[in-house]
Amino acid sequence: MIELNNLCKTYEIGDDTVRALDHASLCIEDGEFVSIIGPSGSGKSTLMNVIGCLDVADEGTYLLDGMPIEEFSDDELARIRNEKIGFVFQNFNLLSKLSAQENIELPLVYQQIPKQERKRRVDEALDRVALRKRKNHRPMELSGGQQQRVAIARALVTKPSLILADEPTGNLDSKTGDEIMTLFHELHDQGNTIVLITHDEKVADQAERKIRILDGKVFDA
Amino acid sequence: MVFQSVKMAMDSIMSNKMRSFLTMLGMIIGVMSLVVLVSIVNGATKSVTDSIANIGTNMLSVSIMDDKDAPLSMDEVEELTEYESVKNTASFSTGNATAKHERNSESITLYGTTGSYYEIKGLSLLNGRFLKNADVDSSTFVAVLNQTAAEELFGQTHIVGETVSLNGYHFTVIGVLEEEESTTGNSSERLEAYIPFTALSKISGSGRNVSSFYVTSADEDSMDAVENEITKFLYLRFSYDSDAFSVTNSSTIMETMSSVNDTMKWMLGGIAAISLLVGGIGIMNIMLVSVTEITREIGIRKAIGARKKTILLQFLIEALLVSIIGCLIGIVLSALTVFGVNSLIDSVSASMSLDVVLVAIGFSVFIGTVFGIYPAYKAADKPPIEALRYMR
Ligand SMILES: Nc1ncnc2c1ncn2[C@@H]1O[C@H](COP(=O)(O)OP(=O)(O)OP(=O)(O)O)[C@@H](O)[C@H]1O
Ligand SMILES: [Mg+2]
Repeated sequence: MIELNNLCKTYEIGDDTVRALDHASLCIEDGEFVSIIGPSGSGKSTLMNVIGCLDVADEGTYLLDGMPIEEFSDDELARIRNEKIGFVFQNFNLLSKLSAQENIELPLVYQQIPKQERKRRVDEALDRVALRKRKNHRPMELSGGQQQRVAIARALVTKPSLILADEPTGNLDSKTGDEIMTLFHELHDQGNTIVLITHDEKVADQAERKIRILDGKVFDA
Repeated sequence: MVFQSVKMAMDSIMSNKMRSFLTMLGMIIGVMSLVVLVSIVNGATKSVTDSIANIGTNMLSVSIMDDKDAPLSMDEVEELTEYESVKNTASFSTGNATAKHERNSESITLYGTTGSYYEIKGLSLLNGRFLKNADVDSSTFVAVLNQTAAEELFGQTHIVGETVSLNGYHFTVIGVLEEEESTTGNSSERLEAYIPFTALSKISGSGRNVSSFYVTSADEDSMDAVENEITKFLYLRFSYDSDAFSVTNSSTIMETMSSVNDTMKWMLGGIAAISLLVGGIGIMNIMLVSVTEITREIGIRKAIGARKKTILLQFLIEALLVSIIGCLIGIVLSALTVFGVNSLIDSVSASMSLDVVLVAIGFSVFIGTVFGIYPAYKAADKPPIEALRYMR
């Protein structure tokens, strides 16, 4: 469960102060499929980075499954990201020097899971995203949609309680985007909590619950 | 965790072939220039000190420049052995002559000396005997040839009892010297004949005055005492004029030479260290060029849950592996180069010293590791979101 309470995050650029998060409060239950929608620059990515423990807010509190995130050290946060959260980024963020399979394996390596077990789970994840045939390809040798599927496989290989996706369809054509969305629906049906960020109303409408963000302020729509 | 990091580091080296190669190249050039240059200087130093050591470190060489109309006699030189610390003395003079045997005619260097010369110079005989004091006293026309002279004139070395003509005077050959093995490789091609001091003064008409002689001490420790006594004796003998004679100590020559060589070594070592540094800067450049890539990579790794320690360990191992492999290649290539130089150029006998190899390894592994780990260290210190967003 995610509980955000009056989160604030400001960026000072020269004389300008940008309120990327302005007293944002939000509660997401386990197993929910939530979409966060807002125009460009409204603070969607900032919110997701905070939820994903990649970034910390300046003010406010964040409880993830009851744990006060502000109080954890870097390494503890790394462990939380590794075990509880799966990320899907707009620009995929795959390691270009590794094959699809190795990319997917990486979070398991950091969990120090034995090789046999890793291989089994990577194959399982590859099957989920229907990419088994491409497992030895490097990201460069894959299409955008395929790269995003590798990223999704990497996000779900650890069986995280929360999948965070920042505009996962933003760089894809509508047909490929639909395929990716189908995948998220399947993941949701299997009980995953999904937070999906988008600026596309049609994508946002597919979620159980839609949250709007504007100038760093969060509204339940 | 270490094993995983090693594997990741290996993967990273393999997938960044160009970067790893260029880094290693920096190492290789640095290590090679240091090791090869210092080895060559070491070799030169060794051959110089060896040839000086051959002369003997407990020997003084005296020459009289101005005899003040009261020249030194052989007997006076011999009487110097009465000093307790003086072991031996040998007057000598040199001259050139034409040596003939049957149809062979060669120019030869003559050494007119006494029996103790043999021991002082540490010579060794192939055949026959060396000069004896009786030969000197009665100025017999006997000669000891060096190996080159024997071979050039007689075509062989079993020539004791044969006659050789030196400037027309007939000398009986009483011995043949063994060729000194030379450390520099080019053994002396000179023809040499050793004849009694008195015989040389007879055939050259130069009189029996001594203008140069050798003195040896009982051991190396008494060298200074001998030098002082001889200098004092000559000072008194030649009207208190210290410019009339010179006393040269072979260990002084050795010291001077080795200090020159030390300077050379430091200089070349310095040059080589600079090239090592330049190699290091090359490595740093390569690393800085890939800093964006490294930072993004680290951002991704951190996002999916790598701890800082794990990341740093991976990059540390990668840097160490690359440096050590580069170093080893550099050392193997240096050894080959040193070997090649030795076999191609006769006068050089370079020798690799462990010290230099260790310094080279230490220095380049240090540079490679520091420069290799620095960008990773910076990146791993950033919050993951900043590393992910990193652009130059
Ligand atoms: N590192 C940063 N430094 C300065 N300002 C930032 C930084 N990150 C975000 N901002 C500012 O914070 C605001 C919110 O940014 P954010 O990336 O969250 O927007 P977004 O809703 O994800 O937009 P988009 O749909 O274009 O991705 C923007 O005005 C942006 O300029
Ligand atoms: Mg964004």
